[in-house]
Amino acid sequence: MPAPLLIPALIGVVFLVLPLLGLLIRAPWSDLLPQLARPQVGQALRLSLVSATLATLVSLVLGVPIAWVLARSTLPGRSVLRALVTVPLVLPPVVGGVALFLVLGRQGILGRLLYEHLDVTIPFTTTAVVIAETFVAMPFLIISVEGALRAADARFEDAAATLGADRWTTFRRVTLPLVAPGVAAGAVLCWARALGEFGATITFAGNFPGTTQTMPLAVYLALQSNPEAAIVLSLVLLGVSLATLLLLRDRWLGRSGAPVT
Amino acid sequence: MRPRVPLTLAAAGLLTLTACGGSTDSTSSSGASSSADGGELTGTLTVFAAASLTDVFTDLGDQLMAANPDLTVTLNFAGSSALATQITQGAPADVFASANQTQMTVVTDAGLEAADPTVFAENVLEIAVPEGNPGDVTGIADFADADLTLAICAPDVPCGAAAEKVFEAAGITAQPDTLEEDVRAALTKVELGEVDAALVYASDVQAAGGSVEGIAFPEAEDAVNSYPITSLTAATNPDAAAAFLVLVSSDAGQQALTDAGFRSPSN
Repeated sequence: MPAPLLIPALIGVVFLVLPLLGLLIRAPWSDLLPQLARPQVGQALRLSLVSATLATLVSLVLGVPIAWVLARSTLPGRSVLRALVTVPLVLPPVVGGVALFLVLGRQGILGRLLYEHLDVTIPFTTTAVVIAETFVAMPFLIISVEGALRAADARFEDAAATLGADRWTTFRRVTLPLVAPGVAAGAVLCWARALGEFGATITFAGNFPGTTQTMPLAVYLALQSNPEAAIVLSLVLLGVSLATLLLLRDRWLGRSGAPVT
Repeated sequence: MRPRVPLTLAAAGLLTLTACGGSTDSTSSSGASSSADGGELTGTLTVFAAASLTDVFTDLGDQLMAANPDLTVTLNFAGSSALATQITQGAPADVFASANQTQMTVVTDAGLEAADPTVFAENVLEIAVPEGNPGDVTGIADFADADLTLAICAPDVPCGAAAEKVFEAAGITAQPDTLEEDVRAALTKVELGEVDAALVYASDVQAAGGSVEGIAFPEAEDAVNSYPITSLTAATNPDAAAAFLVLVSSDAGQQALTDAGFRSPSN
């Protein structure tokens, strides 16, 4: 192995792993069980897993077609569209949360209509959590799937078309299986981002145990009064997400082949 | 706001006059210390202050610089707990103004205060409602109304702890829809009109301007927040630090605080 690659790689690994070790070392192991037994922890964890999974499903349903449009269609202005849908990547999530208020809030452009005509309010509900997480996480899926689509050999699709398949059948039977690893990788990335989402969620959905308080919110608030509890909560989040990702990798993503995340 | 500037300038001018009054060629006897020349402070003064003091202290810092052209006042605003951590970790600050006694205690427990902290301002909770008060909120009892959309601070942060005290004093069980991570986040929800009411500090209502209306309530007296200030042992510019402390407790300083929604310490 060439040293110009190996040495920076090692430094990089140390850089990424050391903070994690810090958490493990500082964790109040003797106090772990009582901390975990607090009802708030289970509540927040369940809410986090459910909302991140829902956000990923919504992102798949909406994001894969967007990626297809970006990679395969001949629509004019696609580069502008790409820039627009990836805006949440660079937007500070808190600003994203305020932006969601301006559209979907009680006083928002669409939210006002919902509130006045149907008596529906979105902020401060679990729905708002899913919306905030989807807003922030979907671009990760789009970028990942678009990359996979561009890398996939379009001649298979042409062959399907010459054999009489229409574009929808081609997409379902040829394109999608072809880019499945890319979609899976994008979904995992999207899920992980949604799981860790903080800024847009606390801004748009607020923070209430059981309804909108996800794990990152619980961690942040615990940090204000009880740093040890915050470390425990972080470890739980970390453990659950690592376990989920490893499990998925074995089950769906193939042990070695697919270019996962 | 305007009249205060000439006042301070006049005070500085007076100091200069009295200093010069002693002798016309005292340059050799007064030594190298520039501050001994009377009000003419030099160097850099670094003030760490609670975020809620941003407007007032920026204004006071400008006043001090106007009176002392060779002085640069650097202000660092953040949450009091973050500032206390920075100071105990060795951040170079001359003055620390905290939004509560707890975080000042963090600093004094570490023995970093140059003098006993003094309380220079108080802040009480107020009910903040959007312009026009769409939820018809009249008092603290409305926070028990489950039909209203209400924001309070999380119990982990100071304004949330104060809110709990207030609810206890009022004998109500609050029905909030969100427990905000800090007081400004709660205020933002009011400014956007997304909640019917939030419990924030009077100074926050003042800072929000026209888009937010404040409703004072008697139970707020059960959770008065005191703001202590002190100079620090690590101060590199103790003369300027002392001058800043004097300015904060002066009539001009207290007026600036009152204008911003704070009140003068009661004792």
